[in-house]
Amino acid sequence: MSATERSEQFNTATRRGRRRGRLPVVLAVPALLGLAFLVVPLAGLIVKAPWSTLFEQLFRPAVGQALTLSLVCASLATVLCLVFGIPLAWLLARSDLPGRGVLRALVTVPLVLPPVVGGVALLLVLGRRGLVGQYLDQWFGVSLPFTTGGVIVAEAFVAMPFLVIAVEGALRAADPRYEEAAATLGASRWLTFRRVTLPSIAPGVVAGTVLCWARALGEFGATITFAGNFPGRTTTMPLAVYLALETDPGAAIVLSLVLLMVSVVVLVSLRDRWISGLS
Amino acid sequence: MTLHADLHIARGSFQLDLSLSIAPGEVVALLGPNGAGKTTALRALAGLLPVTSGFVRLDDTVWDEPPRLFVPAEERFAGVVFQDYLLFNHMSALDNVAFGLRAQGVARPVARARAGEWLAKVGLSSFAGTRPRSLSGGQAQRVALARALATEPALLLLDEPLAALDASTRLAIRSELARHLGEYPGHTLLVTHDPLDAMVLADRIVIIEDGALVQEGPPAEVARRPRTGYVANLVGLNLYRGTASGTTVTLEGGGTLTVAEPASGAVYVAFPPTAVSLHPSAPSGSPRNSWPVTIVDLEQHAHTVRVRLAGLPPVRSDITPAVVAELDLRPGTELWAAVKATEAVTYPA
Repeated sequence: MSATERSEQFNTATRRGRRRGRLPVVLAVPALLGLAFLVVPLAGLIVKAPWSTLFEQLFRPAVGQALTLSLVCASLATVLCLVFGIPLAWLLARSDLPGRGVLRALVTVPLVLPPVVGGVALLLVLGRRGLVGQYLDQWFGVSLPFTTGGVIVAEAFVAMPFLVIAVEGALRAADPRYEEAAATLGASRWLTFRRVTLPSIAPGVVAGTVLCWARALGEFGATITFAGNFPGRTTTMPLAVYLALETDPGAAIVLSLVLLMVSVVVLVSLRDRWISGLS
Repeated sequence: MTLHADLHIARGSFQLDLSLSIAPGEVVALLGPNGAGKTTALRALAGLLPVTSGFVRLDDTVWDEPPRLFVPAEERFAGVVFQDYLLFNHMSALDNVAFGLRAQGVARPVARARAGEWLAKVGLSSFAGTRPRSLSGGQAQRVALARALATEPALLLLDEPLAALDASTRLAIRSELARHLGEYPGHTLLVTHDPLDAMVLADRIVIIEDGALVQEGPPAEVARRPRTGYVANLVGLNLYRGTASGTTVTLEGGGTLTVAEPASGAVYVAFPPTAVSLHPSAPSGSPRNSWPVTIVDLEQHAHTVRVRLAGLPPVRSDITPAVVAELDLRPGTELWAAVKATEAVTYPA
């Protein structure tokens, strides 16, 4: 048997094996169970939805109010994250600051911190008697807890790490020599950042923004702790879902469906950017 | 206005020590093997890297003189063509060329008009709206040159400007680049590892190895009288260092050569591989230099075969394929090499 014949036979064998996809049972069973675990609850949401009264429920003022508040707060929180998060990502990726590793770890803490703890921490610092809050109150008459502003702050606190990490990753992947090229053309650091660096990391910024916004939209723990639950002022969608579950399960399902839809749209819009922007 | 630079740069275990001066309108090629410190020198002149000690001056303007002063890249007027061009991918070719002018505060319409003129100069008017990704290598190189020249810099730095091009494009772009450099009134430093680029484009060649200058001079001089093995290799000559006494030179690596011009003291002896003839047995007659050699390898060039031979001294010989066949040459074959004394150039070391 010649070498080519042998390798051909080998190729056919592997090809056939791959086509049959022999997955060991020890892996296949838990894999399918895991898949069901993730998909079935979502399917249940759709099955149990009160389809006949869906539109009626959807256009109830309380739902509209919660949805509008959610969208506005999540968007404003995202803007807040962009304004502070992009420079922070730049600092983490490009500066030669000592202790950058520690800084990065600190930034990612809210990512793994239970949101309720975040809410408590925010209360202690920004509350009316808090470390910073008391001065905000005395000097500017501003009090954040239990206001719409508080919702935005709580959401931004929880969501900003998502943006920072996505943008920092993009910055690290971007070739800094383009910035050098801009410098040799006489561009200041700021102009270089705006016209060269930022456009080159745009996919990462977009991915980070969408993730950040989705996280802010779904925020529950920090919001309810720091901003409380006042319909029209601080009751966002997730809070409304929780409230409705006790009084009107049908409404809770409708609200949940709306949030599910938003998540799916986010996921689809990210499908391509997820890979190019984040990894 | 002359550019003077005394560059001393330490980076880890690498140390660059190089003095350079470039007159207005002059094109200096910085030639050397990879890792010799060429790009480090270029970055220091561009303001992307401060010198550890020494200075960079453009006439009376000091650009770098530690610890007193460091003018960063964005405040020097140095145009740089980078090896892989580094065109901004999210901008059109025109906006790339206009970028430097815009950065210097030129109004947008004026900047775009001037950029358009530069694109016309490099023959790319019809590509003004094209993104860099859609340009061919040669076109991207021309846009990069236009971008560097558009701000009318006092110093133009070219980092391996032709290295990324394929052989056929390279020829055309090289002659075009020569024309642009001829018109450019400022100081030009061309960093390259290709001796042909240096010979064609430069008025003067500066050769560095391991961060230090090894030879400097006009292209013709460098080509005729190499001073290191690296340079001899580049220009395709056999080069030996030895001690002359009359017409006999005792070589440092062993062996002796007889030369036509009497000399004394340390000298270099150089001759082209075409001057080396090969014989199956010790030749008799006119060539006075002959010694036994063994073939190391054979390499086909355009119309000749380059034979590398071990012996005292080792030597390279260019012969015709017919001779290879006739003498049945192969690695390991033992032969006699012969060089005519009149073919060998001798110059003081």
